[in-house]
Amino acid sequence: MQLDAKIPAGPLETKWDKHRFDLKLVSPANKRKFEIIVVGTGLAGGSASASLAELGYNVKTFCIQDSPRRAHSIAAQGGINAAKNYPNDSDSIWRLFYDTIKGGDFRAREGNVYRLAQVSNLIIDHCVAQGIPFAREYGGLLANRSFGGAQVSRTFYARGQTGQQLLLGAYSSLMRQVAAGRVTMFPRREMLDLVLVDGQARGIVVRNLITGEIERHTAHAVVLATGGYGNVFFLSTNGMGCNVTAAYRAYKKGAGFANPCFTQIHPTCIPVHGDYQSKLTLMSESLRNDGRVWVPKKEGDQRPPEQIPEDERDYYLERIYPSFGNLAPRDISSRAAKLMCDQGKGVGPTGRAVYLDFADAIKRLGKAEIEARYGNLFQMYEKIVAQDPYKTPMMIYPASHYAMGGLWVDYNLMSTIPGLFVLGEANFSDHGANRLGASALMQGLADGYFVIPNTINGYLAGTRFAEVTDSHEAFKESEAAVDAQVKRLLNIKGKRTVQDFHRELGNIMWEYCGMGRTDEGLTKGRKLVAEVRAEFWENVNVPGSHTDFNQSLENAGRVADFLEFADVLLADALARRESCGCHFNEAFQTEDHEALRDDENMCHVAVWEYAGEGQEPIFHKEPLVFENVKLVTRSYK
Amino acid sequence: MSSNSINLTLKVWRQPGQTAPGRLETYPAENIPTDASFLEMLDIVNERLTLKGIEPIAFDHDCREGICGMCGSVINGRPHGPEKETTLCQLHMRHFHNGDTLVIEPFRARAYPVVKDLVVDRSALDKIIAAGGFISVNTGQAPEANSLPVPKENADLAMDAAACIGCGACVAACPNAAAMLFTSAKISQFALLPHGRPEAAKRALAMVAQMDAQGFGNCTNHKECEVECPKGISISNIARLNREWLKAALVSKEKIPA
Repeated sequence: MQLDAKIPAGPLETKWDKHRFDLKLVSPANKRKFEIIVVGTGLAGGSASASLAELGYNVKTFCIQDSPRRAHSIAAQGGINAAKNYPNDSDSIWRLFYDTIKGGDFRAREGNVYRLAQVSNLIIDHCVAQGIPFAREYGGLLANRSFGGAQVSRTFYARGQTGQQLLLGAYSSLMRQVAAGRVTMFPRREMLDLVLVDGQARGIVVRNLITGEIERHTAHAVVLATGGYGNVFFLSTNGMGCNVTAAYRAYKKGAGFANPCFTQIHPTCIPVHGDYQSKLTLMSESLRNDGRVWVPKKEGDQRPPEQIPEDERDYYLERIYPSFGNLAPRDISSRAAKLMCDQGKGVGPTGRAVYLDFADAIKRLGKAEIEARYGNLFQMYEKIVAQDPYKTPMMIYPASHYAMGGLWVDYNLMSTIPGLFVLGEANFSDHGANRLGASALMQGLADGYFVIPNTINGYLAGTRFAEVTDSHEAFKESEAAVDAQVKRLLNIKGKRTVQDFHRELGNIMWEYCGMGRTDEGLTKGRKLVAEVRAEFWENVNVPGSHTDFNQSLENAGRVADFLEFADVLLADALARRESCGCHFNEAFQTEDHEALRDDENMCHVAVWEYAGEGQEPIFHKEPLVFENVKLVTRSYK
Repeated sequence: MSSNSINLTLKVWRQPGQTAPGRLETYPAENIPTDASFLEMLDIVNERLTLKGIEPIAFDHDCREGICGMCGSVINGRPHGPEKETTLCQLHMRHFHNGDTLVIEPFRARAYPVVKDLVVDRSALDKIIAAGGFISVNTGQAPEANSLPVPKENADLAMDAAACIGCGACVAACPNAAAMLFTSAKISQFALLPHGRPEAAKRALAMVAQMDAQGFGNCTNHKECEVECPKGISISNIARLNREWLKAALVSKEKIPA
């Protein structure tokens, strides 16, 4: 496996301009001769489909939902970062770049992250022009707020529904291209294989989720924008349909998987309360702008929060990280919450929760102002928990949220398979070992609106393509393999449901590969996952048939892939001999329980290559080169 | 969070496919934790049905945070159930009583064919958006974001309208199966912003024409849509749509699409 990141030479500020000039172009008249498949219609896939179609390419877009407006980007609450510096608080492209590199604990590429910061401002311009109703000041200009991991206010937002508004913007542009005939939309289709011809990605095999038919689709290039794999933990803030299947099946066809152990655990979610629970709900990080996080100073203090006097409370984030306080980055805040609960200071019925308290903010700003800022989040909390957060502090606990790891891509966002591009959360490229708040929306839209429309030209113009139809042998073989797996799942007729296996996998991953990891636990995790995987293929019960709408069958395929992928994740966690960002191996920590990096030996991207069923994946590394920032111990104190 | 449980009887619409006949089937739902959401209750029932060899109830769902608009069924005659401004995934079982019987049906409208059980095809709503629910700006064309100030009041009203999640409950609630609340929310969002004005007339005419072509009914001011909307979208948006449409039809040069 060759890992050439193709980062352009020269100063950071000019890399992207120079690269765009160096890439070959496809003339307007020739663009319509190319077909591009886009899988996924979240921020990355929706924006890529629209932008590629605007350029004149023929785009075929696929999603598993009933409509391209529903992808889980829609659930992002807090906001989107950009380096506009409207508040005049010393922000700049360079500062956004630096904050993102540092926030990722120096495990992302300088070139990619700088480009992300550069195009961030264009995203805001474009989204405003699309009619996205961002929050505004009384003068009619755009409002900003602050977010974790930054000391400037650079986050643009639309109440607590920023992801929804940005996604609906991308969706509206996509539907405009559907009406213009330049995008053909295929909803309720699930990609079950990537098809390679002469080593190039030339199409996909999908299952029509309504009729059960297996369909073949050809193209000159395939763009995956299929999101992250947080549901490997079963309980997560991801949507129920979020899965690793498209990415994992591309991995099995030769795409390298990068840094799978970098999984973000978000600090502010509603705690687990029952074993019937299907998902965890995020409470936006923006709440930490005004909410104060605390636990009782005394272990096992069972008093209700209002009876605990001020001097018996430990505002531990403010205490340990005075310069960032409640806005410490996600990995750090999550670990601190776990540490408090491990010390017996957790609250709520399970003892696995901390308080997020708005009493001071309400006193300072008034209830009306807090309602204007966070009204919908407070309402959501009250619906789920049946407690009024205006009166009693919220209870929160960390939960699986985002995958920084993903398919390896070069500077052009192309994977190790020629013609297979990967965008958004599905790739690994920009967030290193920890993503900062309000940066996922920025990256998804940067990739889709501004990066891929430039870089795909270089590939299409510089590649020779054989004539390929869907009756090519490679498509036949792929369809046969997909069909065989579907039927095998239905024929097991065992005694346990798909969800039961998924929950068991999730428990193992959370226990042994969650916020605190040890070599012993990870090794045990691999053994346990292998046992569950073996039992799954003997004892799963998938009811119904393959010729109609069958949600159990859909889930069975996804859980089967999670069961294999989990092993790659655990292997990666074992191989990373340091703690960095979200990855915290207890053997590598400072005296104050902070992550201890090993820049001498571990300053690389870990990339895994599929080696065949039952074989250990093959390890490769792409060294990370830092020419512009100094690797320092990340401190938010 | 208390952890009580209740016993319920479900009468669920089962229909194998679009053209197959459907019927209500009765299932017990025992020991349902009151902290569970409505969809988690269906998960529990489905796990039990699967182990009994009965095919589980098909229902659409994804985010389970009330924002994706994928879920939605009619519970005892009310889309998304009895709670105000709540999607089915955010409706918790503590709002029901031990011994209740719940009749669970799909959203019903001519424009929403049933796919299976509680799952319906709402692609007609996408077609309304494709007809004009966008601002025609290509990537790269946009001017600087702050070059056009928007009065805060208008931005807030646009956001109120833009909060629509496209679940389609408004159609299921309407005796005429009209999609006026859905369509008016998008038309209002863009009509209120200066960026949306250049195409306002064309948009109003095209989206309304597409709404009719998809087989949705007309608005006769029953206001059921507003009551059932999980995002509290106001019918004042329908009044704004009517004004936009009239202006477009009477004084603009745009033609009503055939």
